Amino acid sequence: MDFDLSDEQKMLAEQARGLLAERTPFDRLRQLIDAGAEWDEPLWREIASMGFTGAAIPEDFGGLGMTELDLGVIQQELGRVNASVPFFSSIVLAADAIRLAGTETQKAEWLPQLASGDVIACFASAEGPGPMLGQGVALVGGKLNGTKQPVADAGIASLAVVQVGDGLALIRLDQPGVTRTRLDSFDQLRAHYRIDFNDAVAEPLPGGGVLPTLFDRAAVQAAFEAVGGAEACLQMGVAYTMERQMFGRPLAGYQAIKHKLADVAVAIELARSNAYFAGWAAQASPHDLPGAAAAARLTAIKAFELAARENLQVHGGIGYTFEANCHFYYRRERMLAVIVGNRGFWAGRLLDAHSATVDTCSQSQGKAA
Amino acid sequence: MDFNDSPAEAAFRAQAQAWLAAHAPAHVLPVGIKMADTEEAARGRAWMRELHDGGWAGLTFPKALGGRGLSGIEAVIFAEEEARYNLPKGPFTSIGTGMALPVIARHGTDEQRERFIAPTLKGDVTWCQLFSEPAAGSDLAALRTRAVQADDGSGDWIVNGQKVWSSWAHLTDWGILVVRTDPTVPKHKGLTFFVVDMSTPGIETRPIRQISGMSEFNETFLTDVRIPDANRLGAVGEGWACCMTVLMGERLGSGAHRSGVEPLLALAGRTPDGDGGTMADDCAVRLALADALAEEQGERFFQARLRTMVSKGENPGALAGMIKLAYAGRQQRALGLGMELRGLDAIAADPADTATSELQYDYIYSTVMRIAGGADEVLRNQIAERVLGMPGEVRMDKNVPFEQLR
Repeated sequence: MDFDLSDEQKMLAEQARGLLAERTPFDRLRQLIDAGAEWDEPLWREIASMGFTGAAIPEDFGGLGMTELDLGVIQQELGRVNASVPFFSSIVLAADAIRLAGTETQKAEWLPQLASGDVIACFASAEGPGPMLGQGVALVGGKLNGTKQPVADAGIASLAVVQVGDGLALIRLDQPGVTRTRLDSFDQLRAHYRIDFNDAVAEPLPGGGVLPTLFDRAAVQAAFEAVGGAEACLQMGVAYTMERQMFGRPLAGYQAIKHKLADVAVAIELARSNAYFAGWAAQASPHDLPGAAAAARLTAIKAFELAARENLQVHGGIGYTFEANCHFYYRRERMLAVIVGNRGFWAGRLLDAHSATVDTCSQSQGKAA
Repeated sequence: MDFNDSPAEAAFRAQAQAWLAAHAPAHVLPVGIKMADTEEAARGRAWMRELHDGGWAGLTFPKALGGRGLSGIEAVIFAEEEARYNLPKGPFTSIGTGMALPVIARHGTDEQRERFIAPTLKGDVTWCQLFSEPAAGSDLAALRTRAVQADDGSGDWIVNGQKVWSSWAHLTDWGILVVRTDPTVPKHKGLTFFVVDMSTPGIETRPIRQISGMSEFNETFLTDVRIPDANRLGAVGEGWACCMTVLMGERLGSGAHRSGVEPLLALAGRTPDGDGGTMADDCAVRLALADALAEEQGERFFQARLRTMVSKGENPGALAGMIKLAYAGRQQRALGLGMELRGLDAIAADPADTATSELQYDYIYSTVMRIAGGADEVLRNQIAERVLGMPGEVRMDKNVPFEQLR
């Protein structure tokens, strides 16, 4: 067993961390929000030029052919700085959907452009409140009708992967049958849209039954992003309380604060451990993926929510100001908590993944039943 | 990253499996039969002897001292394979191998090593731990048991005081003991470490009636107990360093846990929900159990990360405490939930329903995990201070002679 990131992966993390820390400081985030910007376009160009957008896309389709874990390492760093880029939409969801369900022609056409970052795709799944069942849109005779909302990054995307029932469709957004309306986004660094499809020309991604796998793989990446965000919150909370004097000594010296942040640290390590295993399983042990992805997702939501809330809490009143940096994570965390299925959805996935073992269990407990 | 064994690890695991398959079954404890503690301890000694004769005792202990001189990762692999059998393992042998041996190896004289190490590895000598006192638990250095040197020129020490939570003290041969020899200096500096023959006159061990109904812990009274100076470990006044060696072993040892959540899932599946289904379909139950299961998996994979650190020669330090902290609290919450989902039946079930009686016992016992071997609060302090670099606690007793403390 060697259950740690490789030296190369650690270097990749450092490289990404260095670039992102320099290019997307908190003042930059404030600037983007004040300008009502949809995204940080220069940052996207740089991420793309570093090869990050193509990292996990196969070499045959213009990517670097790296592993799910490598992608996770990048996602973790994007989460750490709250980057305002469509990485999750375009790479983690749309590109992966095309890779899993697309024809060779569809892959050859789109994956290289997504890998290079030249084309941005969004992933349209939700249809208002409730679970993502894909029932509100229909694809008949190459025409897509219905409404999807909210859809992240739809304003800057030229392509969309749309969930239609249990299947997927591919559609160009720059056509008359598509209307995009920007919504007010709780996560101010990720623009969300309503998209109305009215006899829009679309084609199916024909690979059947890929949605569960697509969501499992995306859940792993969401977990890595959440771990990065949670770590940033923890570091911020420690640094602030070490500095802040209270009743004649650093705030960090009080057990009420120490114990709170220790709990955050534990939650992060559990989430990271699950994310490592799920990232490894996505590549090397696919039959372990459903349970591993669900566990990673659940513990990552828990770690990030605890970290984001308690970071703001230990900052006190200053944490409620726009000038302090807690709010970026406090908002992003809720977005990550409901992306690709909420807690209840993943709880179900985890228990389903364990049902086989549970049956064995009940037998071994014999007569008690 | 590779979650699977390396070729060398797989080969070692196969060796361990083969040996265990040949030797473990004869020692396996019967399930569901309550055994007298004397019987359990005797079987523990017999398994120690078997391990020793088969060359599986003291795996990480240096060869020069009678061990195998293997790495931590090999010890973990052997422990995993050993745990597949319900063997007589417990404090009656692990205090010797996990606490007494490391401290004797590190702080003992050659003569003391000669005298204790081999017999302990063979199971001929078993040990208890005489550390905690009624007024010294997490603040161990506040202990009050006194030792003064006899004025008869023998060099012997006369010990008076009371120890508590001494597991299996009534059935073990020797104890590791820390006492105060100088109350005129600050508390950590006036301590001295001994090994004590438990049959020495003046030692009285009384079982403690625990909330579980069991009595595996004791209180031990020491009245004019005479200990030869040859049984002192380390120098007079250096007992705290010896304690640290012991407690380090305790922390690294608290790793292997049995699964807690899957039996609860099964239990939910056997509990009607009054609506034609089972409690395994109940939303609240599903959410809570999935949470617990996800955390349990996280603990398992965190353990795997620490194993990797150990295999690379790194010391996990305070990270090891994180698993214990997570596990203990999660286990208590999950077991409590397990009782709730059974309804009132959880309080008084049919006598044949052994799953519920186990659940009740485990729920009571889960309190121990949050206190013993580093209480939740102590672990949180350690994580905050050693992992996050936050300030240490305010210590009112620092640099104050012990006798001047309240």
